[in-house]
Amino acid sequence: MSESLWILGAAMTRFTRHANLDAVDLASEAVSGALADGEVGVRDIDVLACGSLFASAGSMGQQILKQVGQTGISVFNVANACATGATAVRTAALAIKAGEAEMALAVGVEKMGKAGLLTGRSRRKPAERVYEPAGRYGSVMPIDGILGTSTMPGVFAQSGMRYVHDNPDVGFEHFAKVAHKNHLHSTLNPLAQYRKAFSLEEIKNSPMVAYPNTLLMCCPTGDGAAAVVLVGGERLASLSASQRRRAVKVSASVQVTDPYTPGGAVMPDVNTLTANAADAAYEMAGVGPEDLDLVELHDCFATAELMHYDNLRLCEPGGGGEFIDSGAPGRDGSLPVNVSGGLISKGHPIGATGVANLFELTAHLRGEAGERQIGGAKVGLAHVIGLGSTCAVHILERSAA
Amino acid sequence: MSSDVPVPIVDYLVLEPEPHLLAWVCVACGARFFDRRNGCASCGSSEFKRVQVSSTGHLRAFTVVHRAAPGIRVPFVSAIVETDDRTFVRSNLLVEHSDPAQIRLPMPVRLTTYAAGIDSRGTECAAFGYVPLERPDRPRAET
Ligand SMILES: [Zn+2]
Repeated sequence: MSESLWILGAAMTRFTRHANLDAVDLASEAVSGALADGEVGVRDIDVLACGSLFASAGSMGQQILKQVGQTGISVFNVANACATGATAVRTAALAIKAGEAEMALAVGVEKMGKAGLLTGRSRRKPAERVYEPAGRYGSVMPIDGILGTSTMPGVFAQSGMRYVHDNPDVGFEHFAKVAHKNHLHSTLNPLAQYRKAFSLEEIKNSPMVAYPNTLLMCCPTGDGAAAVVLVGGERLASLSASQRRRAVKVSASVQVTDPYTPGGAVMPDVNTLTANAADAAYEMAGVGPEDLDLVELHDCFATAELMHYDNLRLCEPGGGGEFIDSGAPGRDGSLPVNVSGGLISKGHPIGATGVANLFELTAHLRGEAGERQIGGAKVGLAHVIGLGSTCAVHILERSAA
Repeated sequence: MSSDVPVPIVDYLVLEPEPHLLAWVCVACGARFFDRRNGCASCGSSEFKRVQVSSTGHLRAFTVVHRAAPGIRVPFVSAIVETDDRTFVRSNLLVEHSDPAQIRLPMPVRLTTYAAGIDSRGTECAAFGYVPLERPDRPRAET
């Protein structure tokens, strides 16, 4: 039997545009917060895993230790698209599972500023150009916008339109409802970026980005960090009663990549790997979707959230439209989804996201989520997906102690 | 040195005698790829042959892109096409409008080419896209 895994401490910064704080400041704030929350110090930490999509090449983990305590421990700097934060958590978890660490820190951070919504290369005309085939497709010019789109809004819009085709009762209105719900949820979250409710009409009439996703159905760019202290069951047993009581069990920690599917090379299949990760996580935790009290899923775009209801088995196959219509994923519904505001309204500083959703679940499972608390929450699921592709699912449970 | 012969935008587009696409096909399992592969993503085999891809097919998914990087003309319709020989292709749907309500899956389409630019030496770049496939007119009753 391998070591059980627990979250001892968790913290996040507010997600917003932090003009005067850099990534090192933000990550250090989250790390110090998570250590204090777990009632431990940096000298208790055996391993640090740091996720940042933009700053991993700059040894961000070591830069953080230089702010909070340069203890000389093993550090892993990881990057894995929008699943970067969850990958840091997985890395820290593996160190404990492998018996090399008793306590480990996972931190995710991103400083994005205003740039970075779109990944497509620009096609500004250079003064002098000669067509020469280059790259794996022998292209003579950047192809985005000529041979379709490979930007994230475009990819998730196309998948959403396929879901609409496969499930003809789903339409534009349903995607607007998803964004409406998440913006409403974030008004109760002091750490969210938007904190502003929008009417369905405002959402539908906001500028179109890639049909059917309008601007208010797309996650904003921003800055922020989140951190968790992970501890093995044996070490937890030696800690104080208050630490044991507030510890949250990680009953499943799964990360998968996209298996081959025909067409996946030209139209990323965001569904199969999500379903695979969810099924593996349910099996590992010994729980089913009916046992969940809340879900934080990767709503990078409204189309994505609707498809993931299906992929995570939260609704009947093809029933994403009916699920949002029924009010089930609202904070007063039968299975609240993204009560933090989700990526759409809480924000999506890429590296921080997969750690911040564990912070959110932890707060609810401890009964410490304040105004936005989901009463009596015992089991929660967190999901992230990064194009390329990778998907991580964690299932957390309230401590029985 | 200028040339009267256009260059294809990507190496898997062939312009003569009729414009068509080329795919690498895994000899062992039939999986199809547009870029060169060291091994097959589906079965791991490393033997490929090059085949001509059918120029007709149907629309599998689309989006109308309104925001893109600087220099890219918007709106445009991005399309995923599944050809009649089951190859998946990403390109643009070349239509005059950008109204998603007028685009239906699985709309039949065919490949076409057009000039996407001219370089400093006067060489033209030929790109490809898909247009709705006109069905032959039904026989009309004489009036
Ligand atoms: Zn093969």
